[in-house]
Amino acid sequence: MQRRRAVILGLGATGAAVAFMLGVGAWRTRDRQRGNALLPLPVGDMDWDLTDHRGQPVRPLDWVGRPVMAFFGFTWCPDVCPTTLNDISLWLEELGPDADRLVVALITVDPDRDTPEALADYVSNFDPRIIGLTGSAEQVEKAAADFRVKYARVPRDDGDYTMDHTAGVFLFHPDGRFASIIDFHEDRRFAVPKIRRTLS
Amino acid sequence: MKSLFLSTALLLAAPAAFACGTFTVGDLTIEHAWSKATIGADRPAVFYVEITNGGSTDDALIGITTPAATMPMLHETVVTDGIASMPHAMSIPVPVGETVALSPGAYHGMLMGLATALKEGDRFPVTLTFENAGDVTVDADVLSLRAEGPDCSDAGQ
Ligand SMILES: [Cu+2]
Repeated sequence: MQRRRAVILGLGATGAAVAFMLGVGAWRTRDRQRGNALLPLPVGDMDWDLTDHRGQPVRPLDWVGRPVMAFFGFTWCPDVCPTTLNDISLWLEELGPDADRLVVALITVDPDRDTPEALADYVSNFDPRIIGLTGSAEQVEKAAADFRVKYARVPRDDGDYTMDHTAGVFLFHPDGRFASIIDFHEDRRFAVPKIRRTLS
Repeated sequence: MKSLFLSTALLLAAPAAFACGTFTVGDLTIEHAWSKATIGADRPAVFYVEITNGGSTDDALIGITTPAATMPMLHETVVTDGIASMPHAMSIPVPVGETVALSPGAYHGMLMGLATALKEGDRFPVTLTFENAGDVTVDADVLSLRAEGPDCSDAGQ
């Protein structure tokens, strides 16, 4: 799977990469009978297994009963991810203690580089309520599939790589139902009320 | 070239707030050159800046170089069908009468192969290459990882 993706991306075109990611999404959802093919599963129906930035195991059932705000990214990304984390930190600041019950999780799409320690270094720069989650390549693939998130490794000329990934922030009600998506860089006037609706 | 640049860089005469210097080349004015602190030297850094074209010819930013990184590159963050990617930007248009910003979540300089980690308070030179106006070297100031941009309200501009 990983090798096939690398080969296809090796052809070099981002267009091909995106087309392939969409293809993966369609293929994945065909053998999954429940849930909408495009929207995240309810948290209680998810079935992934990750490790947080403190090295503690985290499973979806741990989150049921609390509102959830989760998004995918990677810490080698200097623009999109810090922008999202800054936005989230500002939203949390505005919500104040009301958001203390909220689970706020950055799930990496780059587990090769984002070890728990790398995530810990990174999230320590932002609101302390934000946790980082990582796992094996397979564990991250499973989590991404449950959230209907797409990602792909994009090689660079110098042998390094970056990641394309779904950029939205997912909100869930305390009972695990999917609530809404906050788009990348969405205005605070729209984002904060969306979060507030999951808190009550 | 260097002395021409220095004579046109008005700000060098006056103390400026952090990342609030102004640089010029031809009819272009370059302001708010800044970067963010990095965690170590392995992760890439960013470079943000604002360019105003006060002339009568369209121009374009076509490259950046800096001693701070072996592989600096212009990127554009784009979100297509909800998926964020950051392709190489070959040429960032700077049309007559407009201000173009490299800013978080949009165009940015991506500094890969850092010589050393960037710490808040550091300053490093970045040379911008424009299609028509040529080269200009500006100072980029390193703000915190949490910064959204320089605060130049006290800079007396
Ligand atoms: Cu970039």
